Amino acid sequence: MSNEPFGVLSSRTVVLSNENIDTDQIIPARFLTTTSRQGLGKHAFNDWRYDKEGREVKDFVLNRIAPCAHRILVAGRNFGCGSSREHAPWALADFGFRAVVSTEIADIFTSNALKNGVLPVVIDQASWDLLAARPGENAIIDLEACELRFGIHVAKFKVESFARRCLLDGVDTMGWLVGRMPAIEAYEKQRAA
Amino acid sequence: MSSKQPRTLFDKVWDAHVVEPEADDRPAVLYVDLHLVHEVTSPQAFTALEERGLKVRRPDRTFATIDHSTPTLPAGANGERPYVTDEARKQIARLEENCHAHGIPLAGWDSPNRGIVHVIGPELGLTWPGSVVVCGDSHTATHGAFGALAFGIGTSEVGHVLATQCLLQRKPKTLRVMAVGTLQPGVGAKDLALAIIAEVGIGGGTGSVVEYAGEAVRALDMEGRMTLCNMSIELGARAGMVAPDETTLDWLRGRPRAPQGAVFGQMAYDWLRLHTDEGAVLDREVRIDASKIKPMATWGTTPDTGIPIDASVPGAKTETAGRALDYMGMTADHMLTDMPVDVVFIGSCTNGRLPDLRAAADVMRGRKVKKGVRALVVPGSEAVRRQAEAEGLHEVFLSAGAEWRLPGCSMCIAMNGDFVQPGQLAVSTSNRNFEGRQGPGARTVLASPATAAASAVMGRIADPRQFLETAA
Repeated sequence: MSNEPFGVLSSRTVVLSNENIDTDQIIPARFLTTTSRQGLGKHAFNDWRYDKEGREVKDFVLNRIAPCAHRILVAGRNFGCGSSREHAPWALADFGFRAVVSTEIADIFTSNALKNGVLPVVIDQASWDLLAARPGENAIIDLEACELRFGIHVAKFKVESFARRCLLDGVDTMGWLVGRMPAIEAYEKQRAA
Repeated sequence: MSSKQPRTLFDKVWDAHVVEPEADDRPAVLYVDLHLVHEVTSPQAFTALEERGLKVRRPDRTFATIDHSTPTLPAGANGERPYVTDEARKQIARLEENCHAHGIPLAGWDSPNRGIVHVIGPELGLTWPGSVVVCGDSHTATHGAFGALAFGIGTSEVGHVLATQCLLQRKPKTLRVMAVGTLQPGVGAKDLALAIIAEVGIGGGTGSVVEYAGEAVRALDMEGRMTLCNMSIELGARAGMVAPDETTLDWLRGRPRAPQGAVFGQMAYDWLRLHTDEGAVLDREVRIDASKIKPMATWGTTPDTGIPIDASVPGAKTETAGRALDYMGMTADHMLTDMPVDVVFIGSCTNGRLPDLRAAADVMRGRKVKKGVRALVVPGSEAVRRQAEAEGLHEVFLSAGAEWRLPGCSMCIAMNGDFVQPGQLAVSTSNRNFEGRQGPGARTVLASPATAAASAVMGRIADPRQFLETAA
């Protein structure tokens, strides 16, 4: 797994203003029988993008954009709730998203997204309202400064410091944790004593 | 260790598992006692290990089973299991290969211990009070019923635990839910859980570990406590906990993977001290009067939309609520009990244990599932299935016209071929009523096993208490 440093993201937004978009919406469970993390983008928001017969729902926003030009998903409160499936950020990343902006993002989704180059950005309600009112707006997400900028607006956000450093520097978290092995072994020894 | 500073139940378990404390620039390294693994969220983690040439560090602290993608119908005459797709078959085979290659114990098809991961962990005595339990599954909170710190993780973190037996974690906040008073007859742990979620909200527990306390929680049996803790994620909390007591010890004693003999007694002494000390500070507390809770059912597409079963569907105050009503085919101000039911599902890691099946059977005994309703009863494990069959519960279900299946997650997550047809309304004892959770277009009403069984008999959402009264 290569970890591409995050840097500054400048892209247009897509707005899904629904609250509580759960991971079953992001990637329905019937697509979880895969043993790979690749190729899930085609099923991202599957049941909102396609009707019962498998035809594209023409007026659904994700069917009307070029994903490579819209890398910022602006979503309603409590995004990513529900199942812990990491397939959700895999699907979003494979679809083309690099960031999700909301006023509240669920814990496990946040943890999973940070490990897959999808930045969870939690901003204040007033800024979110402005951003959500302008779908397709170009926005800049500056992870070093922890700022989301669009038009004349600047919204600050917080990212857990270690995860932020890992994203900025492209650090491999598992490799870092494996590097703590002496402490882990010492803990086990002390507990067994 | 200093015991002067009053600590919460959560603090005590957390503190005992800190390998390296958290700092401004990095989370704590937290030790994991038990890592449960299933077929859906693990294959990519094993691949990550292989890519680095790493082995599973503690297979002795790892335990695997197959539950999500498994068919609940038996193998055919040719011995072939009726997998929903070839991909599902391969996913199971992949877990079998991974467990074999890394020496991980697996409760697979041939095992008498197979079942839903959160049913078999406690059943086998793998889940100990005061331990840290993780699994690539958000309902891992179930194990908190034993006073364990148990939470769901993503697949990257499954890889971290396989490789190091540790996780990087920031210390969460604490929320105590005090359930005072006594639950009324016909009202159970599921109703209590739905009432708490309705009160706290679907995101109300985000960033927190919940401790459930109060006399209504103390009075629950272990299965009820598991039901309660199971749904902690439905209020956004990663973990829920109940302090261990004699009920916990009685349930655990003698289970195959629990400490045996004198060791059990020594450990039990420590376990009984795992409670929140007088004067310990929690970040937040919510009080619920359990005596006022009625059987609950949800009207919307999030688990926090539970209302008393004899209430009418609320009006849509928000766009989200309007969309939910529309999806569910519900009309504001109509009685919940007027809603016709197409499917009833009894099972899952929330309500697939023996007392759940007994409660459903008590309602169905001598009665019939309403014509046109499909009722599916799926035991949570092989052990639950054996015991239920020994008690004749399966005969109650079968003679009522319900289906009696093999253990698994089944229609709760609907990825094994058991699903609800588009537009159909299902009363389900599972944990999530999200759009499409039980199949594309499926409409899910969450309720207790007794309410689900009553709904199967009546052919509409039904109050189980009417059957209690006739039985008395």
